[in-house]
This record gives sequence, structure tokens and C-alpha cells, in this order.
Amino acid sequence: MLGYTIRRLLATIPVIGMVALFVFCLLYLTPGDPAAVIAGDIATVDDIERIRHQLGLDQAFLPRFWVWASAVLRGDLGISIFTNLPVTQLIAQRIGPTLSLASCTLIVAVLVAVPMGVIGAWKAGKLIDRLVMLFSVAGFSMPVFVLAYVLIYVFAIDLDWLPVQGYVPLQDGFWPWLSHLILPSIALGTIYIALIARITRAAMLEVLAQDYVRTAHAKGLAPSAVLMRHALKNAAVPIVTIIGIGIALLISGVVVTESVFAIPGIGRLTVDAILRRDYPIIQGVILLFSTIYVLVNLAVDLSYRFFDPRIQY
Amino acid sequence: MSAKTRSALLALWFLFAAPAGSLMVPSALAQQKTLKFVPEADLRSLDPIWTTAYITRNYGYMVYDTLFAVNDKFEVQPQMVDKWRLSDDKLSYTFSLRDGLKWHDGQPVKSSDCIASIERWAKRDALGQKLADLTEGWTVVDDKTFTLKLKKPFPLTLDALAKPSSNVPFIMPERVAKTDAFTQITESIGSGPFKMVKEEWVPGNKVVFVKNTDYVPRQEPPSWAAGGKTVKVDRVEWVYIPDSATAAAALNAGEVDWWQMVPPDLVPLLAKNKDIKVENTDPLGSIGILRFNQLHPPFNNAKMRQALLYLVNQQDYALAIAGDPKQGKPCPSFFTCGSPAESKVGSEILTGKRDLAKAKQLIAEAGYKGEKIVVLSATDQPIVHSQGLVTMELLKAAGLNAELAANDWGTLINRRAVREPIDKGGWSIFHTWLVGPDMTNPAINYPMRGVGEKSWFGWPTDPKMEELRNAWFDATDPSQQQQLIDAMQKHAWETVPFIPTAQFVIPTAYRSNVSGLLISPVAFLWNVEKK
Amino acid sequence: MAALAPSLPTPVSRSPTLLRVKQAMWRHPTAIVGGVVLLGLIAMALLAPYLGTVDPQAISPVRRLRQPSSIYWFGTDMLGRDVYSRVVFGARVSLAVGLSVAVLATTIGLAIGLVTGFIRWLDGMVMRVMDGLMSIPGVLLAIALMALTKASLQNVIVAITITEVPRVVRLIRGLVLSLREQAYVDAAIASGTPTPAILLRHILPNTIAPLLVQGTYICASAMLTEAILSFLGAGTPLNIPSWGNIMAEGRSLFQLANYLIFFPGMFLSLAVLSVNLLGDGMRDALDPRLARNM
Repeated sequence: MLGYTIRRLLATIPVIGMVALFVFCLLYLTPGDPAAVIAGDIATVDDIERIRHQLGLDQAFLPRFWVWASAVLRGDLGISIFTNLPVTQLIAQRIGPTLSLASCTLIVAVLVAVPMGVIGAWKAGKLIDRLVMLFSVAGFSMPVFVLAYVLIYVFAIDLDWLPVQGYVPLQDGFWPWLSHLILPSIALGTIYIALIARITRAAMLEVLAQDYVRTAHAKGLAPSAVLMRHALKNAAVPIVTIIGIGIALLISGVVVTESVFAIPGIGRLTVDAILRRDYPIIQGVILLFSTIYVLVNLAVDLSYRFFDPRIQY
Repeated sequence: MSAKTRSALLALWFLFAAPAGSLMVPSALAQQKTLKFVPEADLRSLDPIWTTAYITRNYGYMVYDTLFAVNDKFEVQPQMVDKWRLSDDKLSYTFSLRDGLKWHDGQPVKSSDCIASIERWAKRDALGQKLADLTEGWTVVDDKTFTLKLKKPFPLTLDALAKPSSNVPFIMPERVAKTDAFTQITESIGSGPFKMVKEEWVPGNKVVFVKNTDYVPRQEPPSWAAGGKTVKVDRVEWVYIPDSATAAAALNAGEVDWWQMVPPDLVPLLAKNKDIKVENTDPLGSIGILRFNQLHPPFNNAKMRQALLYLVNQQDYALAIAGDPKQGKPCPSFFTCGSPAESKVGSEILTGKRDLAKAKQLIAEAGYKGEKIVVLSATDQPIVHSQGLVTMELLKAAGLNAELAANDWGTLINRRAVREPIDKGGWSIFHTWLVGPDMTNPAINYPMRGVGEKSWFGWPTDPKMEELRNAWFDATDPSQQQQLIDAMQKHAWETVPFIPTAQFVIPTAYRSNVSGLLISPVAFLWNVEKK
Repeated sequence: MAALAPSLPTPVSRSPTLLRVKQAMWRHPTAIVGGVVLLGLIAMALLAPYLGTVDPQAISPVRRLRQPSSIYWFGTDMLGRDVYSRVVFGARVSLAVGLSVAVLATTIGLAIGLVTGFIRWLDGMVMRVMDGLMSIPGVLLAIALMALTKASLQNVIVAITITEVPRVVRLIRGLVLSLREQAYVDAAIASGTPTPAILLRHILPNTIAPLLVQGTYICASAMLTEAILSFLGAGTPLNIPSWGNIMAEGRSLFQLANYLIFFPGMFLSLAVLSVNLLGDGMRDALDPRLARNM
């Protein structure tokens, strides 16, 4: 197991390296760069050239890549072109809200979706199953921002139960922190709930058809015990897989949700950086995201062992 | 459930339940009066000399102060300066600073600080450059007195030092002002009415200011950037909300106090709420610009540009931009309507009945052979984009071969700097808008300049216009100045450096417990109170 | 991920896949509903000029923001354009994005997956690249690609396709890896059949079913991604309407002119829903065990 883990960790290095190279190439090939944006409205072409030179944007590819890559290996992600603040500081500032939002969404989604899927599988074919399936397909079908606007309108404006926008750090109080995250989590989580419920139901259906489940029933085990002790554990592998794959979905949705609810998170930071061509931020954040994704997938793979001891590494 | 599951659940419970003890923490901030303001953009650069971005200018007004300032009658008033004198030969100014001016770190403001700041400003700003060209030298007399010696009399000296909009000659500490003018400063030490709390700055989300208790405001009532800047709240938070629907909802819910720029279409949403006031506090508004690329066909030909004068319907542009006739109107002048420099010469060209036949005739005279016209637009800037769409309709109606290149603002800014022809990534027309104060006189009206490569994007070469502009600098009395402005406008109808599309005002909205907002082209935060 | 390799349908070589699909779908009405609605929307898109529409790009600032009425069935937007016409023509763009991305992503993914599953020495390198691509969040990658080029329909399609290809490659590769171990494939290799023939004759037919299903999900996801890109300002150029960018342009006005979001949103949801139902139906029809892995 340990050997497997180490081998996997080593294998992530070329992947991350590939991502770094890819992102850097992407930005290098971009026509246009931050120089013109920085120069402002009244600038002349000379001003733009001067800024470009100052930022080192007119250098060749390899020297630029080498400078950046070696800095990254030292833990220095560079300085944002527009705000002159270190990228690591910007990320540290904005990662809290995104993590809060993502974990709230994940917890809500799993807590709602897994029981939904289980119930759907248990009462397969009946009305409640049809409703579960209908919801899970419908949940996929609406863009996040439409749902977000509807939620704001109904719960924050009409009913005035929850705040419209913003983010309150956890240390300023638990309820303020939570209340600002409820609507965004629901908006973001709906797609996730639909996905997880679907997979859970399908996996449970397959497991419930197995012989050992029939045996458990025949033994006289209560249905809930059958579900929890035998079925769910065996269905866990694909469920956990989809949770892992869904992390990428989550990040995409986070970007939109942060925009609508004015949450100062990493998603919005990155989109703004991309649209402004703030290269250091773009490079730093995407590198961070892929590292997280790769590590999460590793964790998911390792967790298989926890759920299914038959899986050998 | 297994022991493992139990402990996992317990851990989760503690993670969330433990902080629940701090449910309703009465924060120390609750006692302070905090004004939450939604600004027009996200603050990125802290250097108002290095960039002309309006948001950085607004930030500059919070933490810095100026030697002179303009009031609502367009008159130059002393601000940091207490007394000043002009020598009889008009070549020498002597300034002495007011008492009690201190930097945020407690040090007193000295003459050397002022001189270094002006010199740095002059390296970037066009009007400042003109002043620098005519400057013989600055001299420190003592810590509070200094002189400026000119080579030639320059009547606009004080206007330059009082320039209201980008770049504003803010005064910074000498060691900061000694930074190269093309390198951004990162410090925030000024002598203005607010101090920035840098530790709480979250770029993209929040900028925090506190009242500068050491600031000594002038005695006169505030008027635009002049007069007494008395701060009446303890703390100001700039809360940047990128989504306007969310900002409207936040204002409605009372989560913010003042929203600087309300998209005109959203005004009805706020007007319904009796706790919100929607007003126009901006007397000069902004001007939409249609700019030509004069390096390449077809708009290198003056007749083609003139043709568009007979097609542009400013009412259409005004409605497209502002949505409501109260917020947008035609302004057939190359200088800001409502300012002293506004000229009425030749305005019938834009206000008269639209003449498609005349336009087509001019196009034929210009020898248009169907060359492609690329109109640049930015979909993330509604004011720019709506103008672009109206222009496209116009060009198509005249039978011109026009194509819309709609990307984001960043792409537009990059592409408009390209001097190549269309097939190499060039452009023919782009749209933007400038605030009123930036077009009030020939000195700062940079779209009017015709100095070829050194001009603003579009690069017109117009020696006659430059001649008139230089004459304006040398004009000695207002009537002569106005004559020259009229002459410049008359000439502009022929060479058409750009077409002003409309003048529009963006309303502002605030909660009814907020008062003291100043009528001014820049949203100033002094004098504002919150009950 | 050993656990992700699906258990295979026992290789059927007698009745062609499409016939099996059709027979099975009759037993699954949801798929039929999905298919019919989708066809209806495609028909609407193709017949757009004849459905009582006007030029969707014609602006008229005087007639801006009119509520739905008998003249303007879906109202007018902030530049006076007829929303009904924009929604009907918008179907062209949104469906084009969905279908093109689905076709392109499945084709490219199939090609890469087949090759990398079969040719071992390519496998490691290609999968590292795919892993790398997959680890960059799709929306961010698409925005970055859009910012790199100018905004146009083709570039949106390419950008979204690139983000969807890695998952298809993974799927196909997994299938190929398992199929490769089958006895009849071993026999074919042993008897000297050239690799392309093996791929085409034995491997490819068994990938069609899951590929079709995956294709429908990609179509749905692409339509939603286009809406998100438009929302963030990196989508199809605004003058050419798509359901996504009509909503994006009108989003700040949703409390005053909710028809700007409601009508395109309804059509978009309907399209995505129908594609999802079609995909579900096809998947249930072809092999319920596929459900575990999709």
C-alpha cells in the first residue's frame, strides 16, 4: 500500500509538470498581453512597449519559462502584474471562501444525494423512484446562474430569510458564515446532487440484485441493515469515484457562483486574471488546481481499499 | 455503526459546533460608523500617476491631497496651499503650504515632497509635460514654501496643478515620489482625509479605509475637489460587487449603503424601495466616443469620416447607452457639454435631420471600393458594446462592408494598439467613453490631438489642429480662448478625429440614512454621513 | 483506477448495434420523449426564418425592454431586439455547439483512445497528457482558450471540445484495455491480423454503445458550458444569439424583464433535458450495467 502510494505520488509529478508547461505555452501564445491594459486608455504605443519590456514580456519562451519554473520550485509563484501583490498571498486570501463553499456544497450534496439514490434504488419503479430520477435529470439541466438568481430572488429578496451576497469568515461567527453559504451551496450543489443521486441509485440497483443481498434478507436482517451494512458498502466504490470526478465539475460551478454571490474566492480571481491577462495569477492558480485534482484522485483511489478490501495495490 | 464511523461523525460535529459558541459575536466594529460603498470597478493599482484608471484616481482622492483643486464653478482654489503669489513678470510662482499637513505616518508635509510629486506627475501627464517643458526650475525656500520659475508665462499653471481627473497631481512623500514614473508604487502613505488599511485589502473584493484623525480640513464648504474635506464616518469599506443584479439586491437589503454607478435599467428596481434614493450627482456625465483609425483605408480619407457625421444619430446612441432620455442626451460638441468650453459651432451637422443621401455622396466622393471595415467592441463593457452595435447598423444601412469584432475589453485594448492594416490584425473603428472632466478643454482633450504616432489610438495627423491648440495655450483672455476652441471645433467637423456619440449620466443610489453626497463628477466620500 | 473498467456486454456480433438500440428503446418511453423533443428543437432551429421571426440582430433602441405582447411574443431586449426571434435563432447556435462538440469529442476521443489502448508504448505518454488536461477545470480551460483567440462560434466549439476529449479517451481506453484481453482478440493477434483490422473489426463495434451514450451527455454538458462561458463574458459573440448569451446579456435585468432569462432558459433546459433523457434511455436499453460507470 505504501509502495503504491509513493509510486502514485511520483507519477503525479510529470502530470503537474505537463500542466505547467501547457499553461505557460497557452499564455505565451496569446496575442496581446497585460501591457496594453496596464497602459490604460490614454497610452501611446510607445508606453505599451515600454511596459511590455519592463514586465519581461518581450523575452523568448525558454528564458521566461525557466525563470518561472525555477521560482515555482522554490515555492514562489510570482507577483501579480496588476496588484503587485505576491500570487501566494492572493491565493491564501481567497482560498478560504472557496474551500468553505466547496466543502459546504460537497457535504450538502452527499448528505442529500446518497439517501436519495438509496431510496430510489430501494423503491425502484415506484413513484418515489420516478421522482428521484426526474429530479436528478432536471438538476442537470439548468445553468447554475439561473438557479442562483431564482434562489436569491425567492429567499433573499422576497422572503428575506438569507443574505443576498458576500462572505463572512468563520472567525466572525458561525451563523453569519453559514447563512452566507446556504444559497450558494444549494445553487452549486444541485448539479452535484443530481449526479451523485443517479450514480448511487444505479450502483445500489446493481448491488441489490446480487445473491448475497437476497441471503441477507432471507437471514431475517432488517431492510435498513441490509442497505447500510451490505449494499452501500459495496456500492461505495463508484459513488466515491464520481465524487472525485465531480470535484472538477465543482470548480467550474464555483466560478459562476462566486460571481453571482460576490464571494471573494479563487474561481473569480482566476476568471478575472484570465480576462485581464494577469499571467502570474493564471499560471499559479491553474497549477494549484491541477495539483489538488491529482491529489484528490489519489485519495479517492486509496479510499477504495477502505471500502473494498479485495482491491489490492 | 462502527466505531470508526462514530468517531468520524463526532469529529465533523465538533468542527462545526465548536465555533457555534461564537454565534453572535458583538464585534468591536459595531460601535464604529462604517459606510459600505460599491465602487465602479475593482481597485488594482495603487499608483494614480502610473495609471489613469478612474478607480485608482478615486482611491487617490481618498488617501492623497492636492495643492490646488477645482470647484463647481470650474475655478481653481487652493487646497494644500495656503497662500500663493505670482510675480509681476508672470514667470515666478511662490507657494506656501497650510499648517498642520501631516503624512499618515505622522511626518509633516514638506516642500520637497510637493516638488518631487509634481515632477513625477509631469513625466506621465500631458498637461504636466507641457508645464515641465516651460519650467525653468523648482526651488525649496523652506519647509513650507517653494517657488516655481517658468521660461514663458503659462496661464494654465494653476489649472494644471488643480487637474481634477486622470492623472491628478496628488502629493506623495518625497521618497515615494522619487520612484521612477514608469514603475508602480506600492505604498499608501498620503496626507489625505482617509487612511487605507492595507492589511484588510482583498483585491477583487474589499478595500478598507479609516478616517484620518490628523487631517485638518479647510474652512470653506466642500465643492467638487475643493473646500473642506471633512470626514463624517469612522470607516469606509469599498465592497466590489461585479454582478449588478447582486449589487441591486444588496442595496435593497441594506447590506451596502451607497452604490456608485447604477446601470440605468436597474433604476426602477431601486426606485420601488422607499429606503433608497436614486439621484444624478454627476453634473458633467460622460461622453461616448466613436474613434477612427486614420492610418489605413477607408477612414484615412476625411470624406469617409465626414460621411459618418451624416449617419450618426446621437439620440439612438443615447438611448442604447442610457436607456432613458433623462440619463442620456445628444451632445454635438467635441468638448464636454455643460462645461465652459462647450462649443456650439457647426453642431447642426449632428443635430440636423439625418441625411443618408449626403452620406452616400461623400462615400462615393471618397472613392470607397468596398474595403473591409472592422469595428472593435467589448462584450463585457455594455457602454462600449451598445455603441458598437448601433454603429454596425449604421454602416450596414450605408451599404458599407462592415464586420464586428466583439471580444472582451482586454482584447479590444490590445487590438486597438495595432498599427497594421486590417489583414494583419488592425482595426477601423472602436468605441469607448470618457468622463466629462477629461474633455473640458484642449489641453486635456486628448482625442482631439493630431500628432501622428504620438496621438491617441487612431493616430490622426493634423498640424492645423495642433497649431490652434498651441495658440490656445498662449491665449491670454477667456474670449480669445473661446474663439480658439470654436475654431478647433470648426476644424474638427472637417477632419473628424472622432465622433462624440452621446452624453450620458450614470445615476447613483444610496440608502436614505446616508446623506451629504456632493454633486461632483467624481464620487467623493468626505462630507458623507450615515445615521 | 482498476475499479472503473466496466464489465463488458458479452460480445454480440449478430444483430447490429443500431437495431438493438431501436428495439430496446421502444421499451423505454423516456428515451422516445427525449428524442422527439430534441428532433423538434432541431427542426425549430432549421426552420427558424419561417417561424414568424424577424432579423434577430436588428436593433431598435426606441423599442427597448418591451414586455411580451402580441407583437413581441417574448418581448424585446435592452437594444430593442425581438427576443422571440433571438430565441428561435439561438437554437441554431446552442444546438450546433452541443452537437458539434459531441461529435468532435467522441470522434477524437475514440481515435486517441483506440490507439493508446492498443499501442502500449504510446499509452503512458498520452494518458499523462490527458490526465493533465483533465486536471485543469473545464470552464477555466475553456475561458483561457477563448481569451487566446477571438470570440467566434468555431472557437467556442473547439475550446469546449478540448475540455471534453480526455474523459472520452479514458472511457475508450478502459474498454479497449479490457477487450484486448478477450480470447477472440488474442486469437486474431496470434493469427497475424494487422492491428488496424483488429481495431476496426473487433474492438470498435463494442465501443459504439457506450460512446453514443457518452456523446449525449457531452452534448448536454456542452450546451450548459456555452451558457456559462457567455455568462463569464467568454462565449459566442453577443450579436449572434445563443440561449446562453441571451441569458447572460439580460441577467442583470431579471427582476424587471424576467422574460429575458425565462424563455431562453426554458428552451435550454428543455434541450439539455431531452438530450439527457435520450442518453439515459439509450444507456438503459444497451446495458443497464453501463449505468454504474457513467
